Amino acid sequence: MIRLSIQARQALARLTLPVLIVVSFGVMLLGKADTLLAERARIALADGLVPIYAVLSSPLSQIQASITETATLWTMREENARLRDENEKLRRWQSIALALDAENQRLKASLQWIPDADASYVTARVVADAGGAYAKAVLLSVGPNHGVRKGEIAVDERGLIGRITEVGSRTARVLLITDLNSRIPVIMETSRAHAILVGTNGTRPRLQYWPEGIVPKEGERIVTSAEANAFPANLPIGTVHYTASGAADVEPAALLQKLEVVRIFDYGLNGVVPPERPTPGRH
Amino acid sequence: MAHIDRRPGIRPRQSLGRWLDVTARTCFPAAITILLMLLSQAPLGIPEQVALLPAIALGSVWFWSVFRPDAMPPLVVFGIGLLVDLLGYLPLGVMTFTLLAEHGLALAMRRGLSRRGFAWIWVVFAGVAAAASLVIWLLVMVLTLRLLLPWPALFIGVVTVAIFPVLAVPFGGAHRSIANPDHA
Repeated sequence: MIRLSIQARQALARLTLPVLIVVSFGVMLLGKADTLLAERARIALADGLVPIYAVLSSPLSQIQASITETATLWTMREENARLRDENEKLRRWQSIALALDAENQRLKASLQWIPDADASYVTARVVADAGGAYAKAVLLSVGPNHGVRKGEIAVDERGLIGRITEVGSRTARVLLITDLNSRIPVIMETSRAHAILVGTNGTRPRLQYWPEGIVPKEGERIVTSAEANAFPANLPIGTVHYTASGAADVEPAALLQKLEVVRIFDYGLNGVVPPERPTPGRH
Repeated sequence: MAHIDRRPGIRPRQSLGRWLDVTARTCFPAAITILLMLLSQAPLGIPEQVALLPAIALGSVWFWSVFRPDAMPPLVVFGIGLLVDLLGYLPLGVMTFTLLAEHGLALAMRRGLSRRGFAWIWVVFAGVAAAASLVIWLLVMVLTLRLLLPWPALFIGVVTVAIFPVLAVPFGGAHRSIANPDHA
């Protein structure tokens, strides 16, 4: 080691902070110049940490479950009555759905309809929030020999949640539909008009670019469009909800705040390759 | 120049065990900060949990830079900042710069601050957290070339100020006991 005088050492010690501040600006430039570098570092970090979070997640979810269970004990009677009502309603809907499905099959058969290919899927556990102040995403634990690829579609039991944007050796990151970088081609179910669903980082993404003469109705269902070959048609996303300022937001059908298990569908679509990057560095 | 003994008196013998003890005590602030940061990423199921990561980093760097800057040197602050940028999906360098600036500010103010009570330190830290959330917001906008809402950054500031006592009280205990190399 080089021996320095005390003065020199003190001067060096005082220089460290300014030099590191300059280096931090260098890091900003580097992150801007090579976004792939940051992406790789992040997914490598996630790969290392996911086993720990996976171990932690089961006792944590048990604790949460017991808390919610005690809370529900109080409201059990009202909840039961509500569920009985809802069950009645759903039973009526089920019979309508079955009749419609049968009719649909008959019509398709008479039209020589080419059936959509069945999609294969895998189910994965959400192990961590992979978002930040300006990013909305979740991290999935997919195991070492997964076949998950970028651009595949993540769905919970109610609707679309997003797309796979980064894949590591045992993790996959899903960019949620609420993220600032999320752009999804959609169709309004009743008017069949096309639009784009734009993430705003808030809880509700915003509907934009619908054709002139058509107004999205409050409560109208929004589904994916097969345009651009990035999504299959007719995956449920949510319903239109107008804000106080008159913007058409979409209330997601999926429970984006409490994702636990998601299904990742491979529809074999590669319309948008590579998919959008999750870092806010993309625009 | 002759070697000046700043602390005259009887000293324990230098041995490997003692060296390990002193090193562990010196490393405690950085280690506990990183551990808490990693824990804040665990699936705790708290709404808006993402704000915890920068809040812990800001609070911890502030505390240790004021009370024990030897154990929180600029290089460690840089590493913590980079880790927050990577784990928190911020553009690289945002928290690295913010934490280094906070560290510099803490070094400049520590003489006056360490003599005052906890409430005073907290109030000053509230100002620092507000400035930090402003810096985060501006830097993210510059680095993404987009207009963004200030609320997520502001929320980080609020969480940072709110959790500071939760960090500072146990840290204060540790500062007097297990993190003190003089107790080795």
